[in-house]
Amino acid sequence: MIENVDLALVDWSRAQFALTAMYHWIFVPLTLGLSFIIAIMETIYVRTGKAEWKRLTRFWMTLFGINFAIGVATGIILEFEFGTNWSNYSWFVGDIFGAPLAIEGILAFFLESTFVAVMFFGWNKVNKKFHLTSTWLVAIGANLSALWILVANAWMQNPVGMTFNPETARNEMINFWAVLFNPVAVDKFLHTITSGFLLASMFVLGISSWFLLKKREEWFAKRSILIAAVFGLLSSLTVAFTGDMSARTLADVQPMKFAAFEAHYKGKQNAGLTAFGILKDSDEKIGNKTIKEFIFRIEIPGFLSVMTGGNKDTYVPGITNLVNGDLQGAQILSVIEKMGRGKIARETLNDYKRARMMDDKVQVENILVFMRSKEFMEEYFRYFGYAFLKSPEDAVPDVSIAFYTFHLMVMLGFLFILIFILALIFVFRDTFLKNRWFLWIAMFSIPLAYIASESGWVLAEMGRQPWIIQDLMPVSAAVSQISAGSVMTTFILFAVLFTALLIAEVSIMVKQIKTGPNH
Amino acid sequence: MNNFLSAPARVIRFYYDGFRNMSLWGRKVWIIIIIKLIIIFVVLKVFFFPDFLRKNYNNDKQRSEYILNQLTNSPDIYD
Repeated sequence: MIENVDLALVDWSRAQFALTAMYHWIFVPLTLGLSFIIAIMETIYVRTGKAEWKRLTRFWMTLFGINFAIGVATGIILEFEFGTNWSNYSWFVGDIFGAPLAIEGILAFFLESTFVAVMFFGWNKVNKKFHLTSTWLVAIGANLSALWILVANAWMQNPVGMTFNPETARNEMINFWAVLFNPVAVDKFLHTITSGFLLASMFVLGISSWFLLKKREEWFAKRSILIAAVFGLLSSLTVAFTGDMSARTLADVQPMKFAAFEAHYKGKQNAGLTAFGILKDSDEKIGNKTIKEFIFRIEIPGFLSVMTGGNKDTYVPGITNLVNGDLQGAQILSVIEKMGRGKIARETLNDYKRARMMDDKVQVENILVFMRSKEFMEEYFRYFGYAFLKSPEDAVPDVSIAFYTFHLMVMLGFLFILIFILALIFVFRDTFLKNRWFLWIAMFSIPLAYIASESGWVLAEMGRQPWIIQDLMPVSAAVSQISAGSVMTTFILFAVLFTALLIAEVSIMVKQIKTGPNH
Repeated sequence: MNNFLSAPARVIRFYYDGFRNMSLWGRKVWIIIIIKLIIIFVVLKVFFFPDFLRKNYNNDKQRSEYILNQLTNSPDIYD
């Protein structure tokens, strides 16, 4: 039973999922972005017919192939974990997760894997245009795969398009298009794939810079930098734009996460955006949680209000307001109010269960009619997860993690824009070799792109705590009743397996990079 | 008919030649892929990741009863 839930089990299950997902995400964004960069390079080769462009395309395709091969199937482990460690969640989520993942498997994966073979085996065996089409289809297929996974994740952030069936204790999809065009899904997809494009551009820019530092393959490196800088600058500007879109959506559907990543405790109009800040514990608390305050802060006055509502008069609720109420007319219920409604939803479900056990058919039917009503779904079941919270402050995520991951991601994002602009300037002036400092910065920015990308996911997942499904199910209610020791064992196994895969990838890749495009 | 039969043969030939003429890095990553898939599907899935509900309950009715109990039996999980 849930009251006997072992918090060590919850923590190990979360740690294992985080470990697997973060390792998996090392491989994914490079695949998403590099596939398009290769397609662009091959398009230039087909249009110009110059052998140098073919050589360049094949070199980056080799690195793409290594990354793709090492990363493939690492995501499957996440699905194993759902069934073993998160069985309550897996059952409760019903077909909402199943449908997008099935589409991903059938459509995108087969599209991707079929044409990957043509990409690698098809040089000199199929005609140029068919090969080029295959390369583009791999890029589109890889990004379509990401779409369906992100749609499933977006549903966890903002559950829409479903109804709860008490007879099966599962959610059922009633509107596929609402799930697909969930505003969180649209923002998340655009933001995530363009961040993958950015990361891949930084990868190409950094490795090409290494060639220039080594005074090798100058033509190849400069052409690669040109493609990476143009693609990277467009991507990084789009990342900034879609990030802004995401933040606006979050302010609406996940106001607690939004307030947490700005460490915004007290709601107000003309709220400022923190450009940079350092937090410390204050003497004040919300329940048993210590409120953070700024030791140092650079603020853009009024910008948080402008971001959320388009003008400085917009009231932006803070964490304290969201917990206790006092929302000054904002159309958001307090956590206390949501807890009350969640408890009504759970008591109704409990009444249904008891009536079913006693075989009271009339009572069962009456409760079912109520539970299937729009009123029950929108006014009560929507807050079902709050019934599991002991006190209102349990709805507050770790503010420090949300704040620092968000600001790290944003600062790095702006740094990347600057790097791509400088790269373009140096390309057009042909002054790379006079600016070796830039080549070093570009090379060492590759890991920074990975840090920014992982930070985004840490923010997305840690920022919505305590929920596994926003407002419907906390992580603690989602775990299977298994031993924490077994989860700890598999955590260690994964840490070893993934680290070995990462070492294999990096060593094979480094060897191919050192070999260069002549191979 | 000949064309119909030759299409799958050409596809098989395409893959056969591709694997046969694979570069050194290609061979290395294929070895890693095979080892990885064996570890994931044979070792991890079979020995470490049984489906909890399938393993412990025989049918969907029992599974839904179990989840219903999980969702309703507790006044609050943080007690």
